[in-house]
Amino acid sequence: MRHARAAIGLILTVWLWVGSAAGLEIEDRRHYPGTGERVLRILSTADLTVFDPFLAAFHRERPDLALDYSVVSSAELHRAIREGAAFDLAISSAMDLQFQLVNDGFAQDYRSAVTETLPGWARWREQIFAFTTEPAVVVISTERFAGLPPPETRQDLIDVLRDHPERFHGAVGTYDVRVSGLGYLFATQEARSTDAYWRLSEVMGRLDPQLYCCSGQMIDDVASGRLALAYNVLGSYAADRLAQDSGGRVRILRMQDFSNVILRTAFIPMAATEREAAGALIDTLLIAGLRESPGDWPLPPLGRASEGSGAGFGPIRLGPALMVYLDPLNRRAFLREWENAMEQR
Amino acid sequence: MTGTGSIGRRLTFLLAGVAALLSVLSWGMVTGLALEAAERTQDNVLAASATTIAETLRSEQGQVQLELPYSAFAMLGAISEDRVFYLVTAGEEMLTGYPDLPVPQLGPPSPGRVVFDTGNYRGAEIRMAMLTRLVLAGAQPVPVTVTVAQTRNGVDAITGELSQLAATLAVAFFLVAVALSFFAARTSLRPLNEIARAVSRRGPSDLRPLRRDAPAELAPLLAALNRLMARLGQSIQRSEDFIAEAAHRVRTPLATVRVQAEIALRSIEDEAQRRRLRQMIRAVDESSRSAEQILDHATVAYRTDDLARDRIDLAELARQTAKALEPTAAMKDIELRLETEPAEVAGDAVLLDSALRNVLDNAIKYSPEDTTVRLTVSTDGGEARMAVSDQGPGLGEGPAEALTERFRRGSNTEGIVGSGLGLTIVDDVLRAHGGRLELGRVKKGEGACVTLVLPLA
Ligand SMILES: Nc1ncnc2c1ncn2[C@@H]1O[C@H](COP(=O)(O)OP(=O)(O)OP(=O)(O)O)[C@@H](O)[C@H]1O
Ligand SMILES: [Mg+2]
Repeated sequence: MRHARAAIGLILTVWLWVGSAAGLEIEDRRHYPGTGERVLRILSTADLTVFDPFLAAFHRERPDLALDYSVVSSAELHRAIREGAAFDLAISSAMDLQFQLVNDGFAQDYRSAVTETLPGWARWREQIFAFTTEPAVVVISTERFAGLPPPETRQDLIDVLRDHPERFHGAVGTYDVRVSGLGYLFATQEARSTDAYWRLSEVMGRLDPQLYCCSGQMIDDVASGRLALAYNVLGSYAADRLAQDSGGRVRILRMQDFSNVILRTAFIPMAATEREAAGALIDTLLIAGLRESPGDWPLPPLGRASEGSGAGFGPIRLGPALMVYLDPLNRRAFLREWENAMEQR
Repeated sequence: MTGTGSIGRRLTFLLAGVAALLSVLSWGMVTGLALEAAERTQDNVLAASATTIAETLRSEQGQVQLELPYSAFAMLGAISEDRVFYLVTAGEEMLTGYPDLPVPQLGPPSPGRVVFDTGNYRGAEIRMAMLTRLVLAGAQPVPVTVTVAQTRNGVDAITGELSQLAATLAVAFFLVAVALSFFAARTSLRPLNEIARAVSRRGPSDLRPLRRDAPAELAPLLAALNRLMARLGQSIQRSEDFIAEAAHRVRTPLATVRVQAEIALRSIEDEAQRRRLRQMIRAVDESSRSAEQILDHATVAYRTDDLARDRIDLAELARQTAKALEPTAAMKDIELRLETEPAEVAGDAVLLDSALRNVLDNAIKYSPEDTTVRLTVSTDGGEARMAVSDQGPGLGEGPAEALTERFRRGSNTEGIVGSGLGLTIVDDVLRAHGGRLELGRVKKGEGACVTLVLPLA
């Protein structure tokens, strides 16, 4: 059943590069045709493999609506909405960028029976709504870690990397925070929360780290053995499944001293025209997010992190403090420091 | 009673009006204070945020450097879900923030002092806090201005919530106040109602002063009432005295005239003059009888106002009254036959005696000589009956009830002295005792039967 649906989804994938928003760099796009005239245009940072089940579920509920799903980077999404691109829903895991858009007035109010049931920390101003909590994790290759204890804290990690420079040289991967919005969010929040971050960055910098734009590629490289360790990967069900598929060659670790948890959020942009349909999709996403058990969905629900599973760190707070590191001066200062730590050859 | 309405209602309305006014006032005050407090809280947090930012300002190689501290925005996020904007300028040059953010335009900026203002930005009302600090960049100090602004939804939400709470409380306060005012009005009017009840409970001739504790406000009313009753009592006393005096004054000279006329009659031989004298004596008798009956009637009218309720055995009463009239009957050789059984009634013995005497007097007066007058006292189903029957001419053809009218005499009274007040007195007495007068005849053309009916005690 699942495969059949995926196949239909693939067949239905339509590549339309016709000029929507000027020069929008779309990474992937899929069109779900509807029985009616209306088209719900969604701009998202989530890969189709992760998001197709959500869209398919919504499409079953509302077959009258055609769905047009475009995957872009979080920076692209931020730029497109800021420029007033015509989308009905913006979904991204880069909380800080999402929040800034809402703060600056690029979002519309939405209120429904479902949004009312959402806990306070998972929404802001009836405008932005979180429907997943996803932790930052460390992915290691069991082969390349053979004989070493899996690190549980950053201090463990620092010790392991420092003690075996030959083993890990060129085999440590992490986000390029200059390119990846999510990587920047992880890095800044971690730098704020634990002083081990900079020490770890120093150690990684000496090992000629590989820098990535996206989680998927990093996990692939760990699976293939090119990387021994990927630091600060967005741990979602996709990563879980990948770990299983790899037949034990990949392991996902959650740091016990501190671990970032982000909220994937959605809002209706000011330029949206299909407000009702966008609201309905938000409701569907929130119902999935509020579910009690993990279930079959590819993304974790809201509940798990908020109850303080694992080390007991709540998700990053939706609030104006998120905008601090987006300030150009702060960003410049942070990147300078990061580059100093990461690029020391 | 009409026109001025009820004091209780007026008092209740007045107090309720005051309560309503106070409710609205207190609601307005709480709302105002809530707004003030919420605004002040926001101002304080904005000022703290701007100060925190300004404290990170430093100069590096002649350049003003700034690092937005995390706490500056975290504290803004902690109090409400309000949108945050900021702007930092060094001299004329913008360092960071929202370039089009309006800044407070209140006089020249004085370093170190936080200035507040309200404005509009991106379609929302905002509150701004601005702080200027001098930073030594290169050779001379540059004024660096930090402005932090926030929308005001939080203030509105808090104020709205408190205002609604205050409104609910004000309505509750008002309702309680209305209930209490109603209660207060009733309580304060209770003494007045009690006095009214005490006055109306009294008999018409009970003119004793009211002796009860009254609130100070009612004391003058009570005193006036007592004075009025005292004056009324005196005035009634005077007219009683006057009637007694008048009767006495009329009767005494009439008696003298009658005696003189009798003496004259005996000494005069001339038949024409003797007839004239007899007529004179008759007229004097009529006048005397009238004076007597008027006096009796007045007494009845007075005594029935406040009727005594003594227990009286009618059999005993009948015996005494009959005994008193025995001599009169004997003069006409009339036999008074008494048949009684005990019958107790509640009433005024003087009045009942007066009534029975009038009826017996009639029977004797209108009966021919050498006949019998029967007086029977009996009871019959809750009623006592005193029946007087004679063998006289009867009550005549006309409606018997008309004979109870004042000064009404029958057609059969040729030559018999009377005033026509007798049956009026009887009727008044019986009515006052809750009884009635029955006028009938023994047999057609044969005697009258007059019955006094009274409720048994
Ligand atoms: N027993 C009676 N027999 C015949 N007529 C009577 C009898 N009693 C009353 N009447 C008639 O009724 C009339 C009214 O009686 P009432 O006693 O009122 O007046 P009065 O006897 O004429 O005067 P007063 O009683 O004042 O001296 C009498 O004038 C008389 O005509
Ligand atoms: Mg008479």
